[in-house]
Amino acid sequence: MEKLKSTLPNMFLSLMITCAASGVILAGANLYTAGPIALSKAAALEKAIKAVTPEFDNNPLEDAYMAVTSDGDSLLIYPATKDGRQVGVAVDSYTKNGFSGEIKVIVGFDTEGTLINYSVLQHSETPGLGSKMEEWFRTEKNNQSVIGRPLSNGNLSVAKDGGDVDAITASTITSRAFLNAINRAYSAYKGTDSTTGATINKGGNDE
Amino acid sequence: MNNIKILLNGIIKENPIFVLLLGMCPTLGTTSSAINGMGMGLATTFVLMCTNMAISALKNLIPNAVRIPAYVVIIATFVTPLQMFIEAFLPSLYQSLGLFIPLIVVNCIVLGRAEAFAGKNGVIPSGFDGVGTGLGFTLALTLLGATRELLGTGKVFDLALMPEQYGALIFVLAPGAFIALGFLIAIINKVRKVS
Repeated sequence: MEKLKSTLPNMFLSLMITCAASGVILAGANLYTAGPIALSKAAALEKAIKAVTPEFDNNPLEDAYMAVTSDGDSLLIYPATKDGRQVGVAVDSYTKNGFSGEIKVIVGFDTEGTLINYSVLQHSETPGLGSKMEEWFRTEKNNQSVIGRPLSNGNLSVAKDGGDVDAITASTITSRAFLNAINRAYSAYKGTDSTTGATINKGGNDE
Repeated sequence: MNNIKILLNGIIKENPIFVLLLGMCPTLGTTSSAINGMGMGLATTFVLMCTNMAISALKNLIPNAVRIPAYVVIIATFVTPLQMFIEAFLPSLYQSLGLFIPLIVVNCIVLGRAEAFAGKNGVIPSGFDGVGTGLGFTLALTLLGATRELLGTGKVFDLALMPEQYGALIFVLAPGAFIALGFLIAIINKVRKVS
């Protein structure tokens, strides 16, 4: 077949058909993958919640609600209940105090406000320094670990600020930011009535 | 020119990174470790092969004056569904690669091969050219990633080769990418001249 000449109708038609076909393919791919993408995102979130809370038998994603922190922000809380009784919560917390950008953490508490576990969902801290937070704060060494600490006794802070948590070597800013995210998670959780599960600001279970 | 020759041409003689210096943005950005570099390289290889063949098949239907916008649309139409499918069905791969996949659209190697080769040659040679250039890109990215990972953290593919405290953090960060790439190109140029 001869190559099409660059006349105006040819160019117009060729580009229009290319774009239309591309649009149809993209729409089709989106339609086909939207469901599985939502499912895999929900599965990843549920896995993160499972890792930081005691065993539960409800669907925390459906029961999620928004709660207000002490500094006026609001965070999403996933309650974990077993046989109808609350056993703990997972709080989807974040901080903007990081060394570079937002740090997103999911933090789990039991009903007494003791930190069960955490999982860093997203961060862009310096590799090799601040990025150590994913393991640092659960390593049992000196006063590094925050696992099992009761936040009902007050906020956590690094040793430099008069607290009793050892900061990551050479990454005090990241350490402060990380603890800030944890403290915010607790203040959101504490702000809601844990016995009745009453909510301040009911929200949907979107991401 | 036979197909094997086309394949090797992309890997060695016209290596997109070390010889043509194309696609520097994803090269510098994604090679903080060997595995990241290799992942980005293989994803690009796949896209290059598909777009080269598609553009070669459609080349007579696209008038010369509008070929660049048409190529860009075709490339984007391959990359975006690829990203969606990986996110939907291979979530763990998406976790490590997801950020880089949209970068393939703006990778000038892909458009460069479409313009320089696929627009003038048949479907099969274009496919080989895509794979060859892609493998050359993968090789360069893996080499650069491994170098940076070794100098920065003492590991290659997460395998510890020397204690971490001897690593110079700068090689994992952006400036290290420029330094390591510069030295790698210098070494490869020297080797090419000798042989």
